[in-house]
Amino acid sequence: MKKMTILSGKGGTGKTTVAASFAALSENAVFADCDVDASNLHLLLRPEVRETIEFKGLNLAVIDPDRCTRCGLCEEKCRFNAIHGFEVDSIHCEGCGVCVEVCPVGAVDFVDRICGHAYISETRYGPMSHARLKPGMENSGKLVTLVRQNARRLAEDGGRDLVLVDGPPGIGCPVIASLADIDKGLVVVEPTLSGIHDLERALGLLEHFKVEPLVCVNKRDLNEENTGAIKRFCSKIKVDVVGLVPFDPTVTRAMVAGQPVVEYASHSAASTAMSEMWEGVKPHLGL
Amino acid sequence: MKIAVASGKGGTGKTSVAVNLALSLGEVQVLDCDVEEPNAHILLRPEVEETIPVELLVPRIIEDKCDCCGECARFCQYNALFVVVETAMVFPELCHSCGGCSIVCPRDAIVEEPRQIGRVLKGSAGDIDLVYGEINIGEPLAVPIISAVKKHMREDSTVILDAPPGTSCPVVETVHGSDFCLLVTEPTPFGLHDLQITVDVVRELRVPMGVVVNFAGIGDRGVYDFCGEHGIPIMMEIPFDRRIAELYSRGTPFVAAMHEWKKRFRDLAEGIGGVVGV
Repeated sequence: MKKMTILSGKGGTGKTTVAASFAALSENAVFADCDVDASNLHLLLRPEVRETIEFKGLNLAVIDPDRCTRCGLCEEKCRFNAIHGFEVDSIHCEGCGVCVEVCPVGAVDFVDRICGHAYISETRYGPMSHARLKPGMENSGKLVTLVRQNARRLAEDGGRDLVLVDGPPGIGCPVIASLADIDKGLVVVEPTLSGIHDLERALGLLEHFKVEPLVCVNKRDLNEENTGAIKRFCSKIKVDVVGLVPFDPTVTRAMVAGQPVVEYASHSAASTAMSEMWEGVKPHLGL
Repeated sequence: MKIAVASGKGGTGKTSVAVNLALSLGEVQVLDCDVEEPNAHILLRPEVEETIPVELLVPRIIEDKCDCCGECARFCQYNALFVVVETAMVFPELCHSCGGCSIVCPRDAIVEEPRQIGRVLKGSAGDIDLVYGEINIGEPLAVPIISAVKKHMREDSTVILDAPPGTSCPVVETVHGSDFCLLVTEPTPFGLHDLQITVDVVRELRVPMGVVVNFAGIGDRGVYDFCGEHGIPIMMEIPFDRRIAELYSRGTPFVAAMHEWKKRFRDLAEGIGGVVGV
């Protein structure tokens, strides 16, 4: 079984559009949406939820005003600036437990915090693992890890040969969690100066975690000069550019219709490029 | 006045709005809080005048004193310490720097030492002050770098904060304490879905908000219907325009080439000032 994460560094470059098209083109895969705070893959794959799992994140400290003697030691020791006026600010509390430890009268309770839900679902293309973090909660990567592990289990149980992961933007916690135990990382980049800057950082991250990189340029015709620069850069560092997708308004129409573009309009320019890219990626995944 | 620019979905044009607004107003400070993938400097091209390391205190175990009792590992909520029979190990990149391990250690065998996880860069481009953060590749914790960027916030001028994408802790850290939050979205199902979550976050933070619809003309009416139903003002529409996209691809803020937009951004700021009462 192979595992590939689609990532980008910069947001909004088309990760989910690529992931959904690959899902539609794949034959025996499991899909995971590891963007748990602004997930979108479900809008195109329209999963039917079969199982919902409550996700507990880090605990929350709560001061009991009846037991509290107002000594202020907790506020002094809290490094997250989360205690003011003998009350815990749940937005800043990172659930470390220092206040619970230092309180001389045991007035701080350490309670469970439901931070979101993970889902096991069925789509018309195969099983899907996804999740929803509660708005504003800490995305420590733990929920991402749960989604990734659920996908792996679905693949093992169902004899699937590929786990396809739609990753979050950025290069921090959630992205790092979406790259653990992964064989290939497909970076989707737009030919803009910002895109190139973020591509370099995303490739640096893949190198750091020893994940083999592949690159796809989306909206290639937005700036052919930059597209050329990306191709030259990738060839220099020996990274395969597996896809060059043109700008195509059909992509947005497919999104409005709630379908992967390759299904919505299989002969559109974007769909043709997606299909070619999929054929180019398959050998990298042993398919 | 402190204006945060956020979006939920990535690539909707947060940085573009933040930078074009800054250039239209002049004499403002921009804080790029997308420390994982900062981009404002690509559009503003500042001269960097100062680079400041961002460090976290992480534990070091003094082996002579440690008897591997395991108290520190039991206490650590982030699994940053691991003790097996005769060894205690630290995984510094998992450490949130709460200091708890050194408090609970019964043998005073833990000292804390600074470890660099990123840096803050300060510079200026014309009359715009820019401060941006950069997380080191491979480091997971963005929030301490965002707070380090925010420590340089000026009190004597308008401040524009460019938030990272998403709806979790880094966005909360950025928007918290702002006078107003501009939500930049695109009129598509993806844009709408992520806007709805971001609205919940900003409401929770009790920051007044308004929407900028970018790439207007593509997609559907979902974002407009949602804003209408929830009484969120749409304060500006930027059309889907190939010229704007091409300017951006070259790293040129579009107000530099399309001067008529400067007035629209100034009007936007005036509208925000009206809501905030400045």
